[in-house]
Amino acid sequence: MIPAPAFLSNPERFMAFSRWAAPLFGAIAVVLAIAGLWLAFAAPEDYQQGDTVRIMFIHVPAAWMSMFVYACLGVASFLSLVFRHALADAAAQAAAPLGAAFTALALITGSLWGRPMWGAWWVWDARMTSVLVLFLFYVAYMALRAALDDEAKAARAGAILALVGVVNLPIVKFSVDWWNSLHQGASVFRADGPTVADVFLYPLLLMALAYMSAFGSLWLVRIRGEVWRRRAEALALRAARA
Amino acid sequence: MSRVSTLLARETALAWGKGGGPMVAVGFYAGVATLLPLAVGSEPERLAAIAPGAAWVALALAALLSLDRLFERDYEDGSLDLLTLSPVPLEIICAIKCLAQWLATGLPLALAAPVAAIALGASPQLSGLVVACALLGGLAFSFMGGIGAALSLGARRGGLLTAVIVLPLFVPPVIFGGGALASLEAGLPWSAGFALLGAYAAAAVALGPLAMAAACRNALS
Repeated sequence: MIPAPAFLSNPERFMAFSRWAAPLFGAIAVVLAIAGLWLAFAAPEDYQQGDTVRIMFIHVPAAWMSMFVYACLGVASFLSLVFRHALADAAAQAAAPLGAAFTALALITGSLWGRPMWGAWWVWDARMTSVLVLFLFYVAYMALRAALDDEAKAARAGAILALVGVVNLPIVKFSVDWWNSLHQGASVFRADGPTVADVFLYPLLLMALAYMSAFGSLWLVRIRGEVWRRRAEALALRAARA
Repeated sequence: MSRVSTLLARETALAWGKGGGPMVAVGFYAGVATLLPLAVGSEPERLAAIAPGAAWVALALAALLSLDRLFERDYEDGSLDLLTLSPVPLEIICAIKCLAQWLATGLPLALAAPVAAIALGASPQLSGLVVACALLGGLAFSFMGGIGAALSLGARRGGLLTAVIVLPLFVPPVIFGGGALASLEAGLPWSAGFALLGAYAAAAVALGPLAMAAACRNALS
């Protein structure tokens, strides 16, 4: 994990790497998503939930990604705050809207799943509420960056806020244990092995990998766009001075 | 030490006086508590069910109200620049500002909270816990809110931005405090929620000033 940012911290190397890595990850994501969705629709109906169990293959990876992307945002913010690295800041800025999109997807599909299962679009249980709070953190991060005109100041203020928000991640993960609730307990990452049947587990993991690759691809594309935008701004500034 | 006490006296005087302070916060709190029965209906049994929680949420909103005065004024007139030059670390200065904020608004609000809760129909036996929760929660609101106030220094429409940043940070104290009050009302053990509220307040007091000072340095750089 640590060598990767060190290798990519050189902007030239990053641009050369991301030029082919972004489309490659995108292609991998498409292949994995097709395979995952194929298996998801081939899987038998759940004995309790019927067809609605298939929402899981969209919903659960999105919920995982909502937390994973925030972790990426936290690491990138830390690197940008400590080393003042412009690329790390571009990475943090690029990750936030993607994370917000995954979180929104998790909330929306969860709501669509909750209606047939629990009879309610929304239930105020601990885990759902903390995912909602995670979404609010993404919104606050983006609002803060948008409100500060000075880019260097916006970068550092955003990084501080992102690190404050990292405190929220453990609460999301462990809130299930803190409060007993309507929501399903953790059933994949358990010390005694997953309790999900294999026919459901394999498409779920495929979809999770597909989401991960899609995020990798989109993240790289967005960072590249941010780098180009900053270069264009610097060139425009130089042209205006001349 | 004398520097710290002088600073605390200055901050408290500023927070108490000059167009704001406890009267505005308590007035806002009374206003929200008045709107509530008008919105949900005045049937005593319906109101009593939500009274402790409603009083608690109104408290969080009232704490939000005075946050934009925490750093903004000193930032605009240059006092914050001078304060950073003092031998007292900026972290301590930020903590003192939040403490003064809590003395000027948290304390009066904590005293007003049981009045509002009883007026909404909560049982008077709750009053002790309402005050205790409001004191601890106010500490958490001040120190967590200070982070938002410091981060939005120099932003356009800073007040609104502060609210957007701070409301997610207010979630845990609202949950723990509301949980403690609801448990006591239901006759269940309430100490767990109260202890968690205390833990959150302690963490906010310990860690909040670090983030605030970093944000202030960034805004002044």
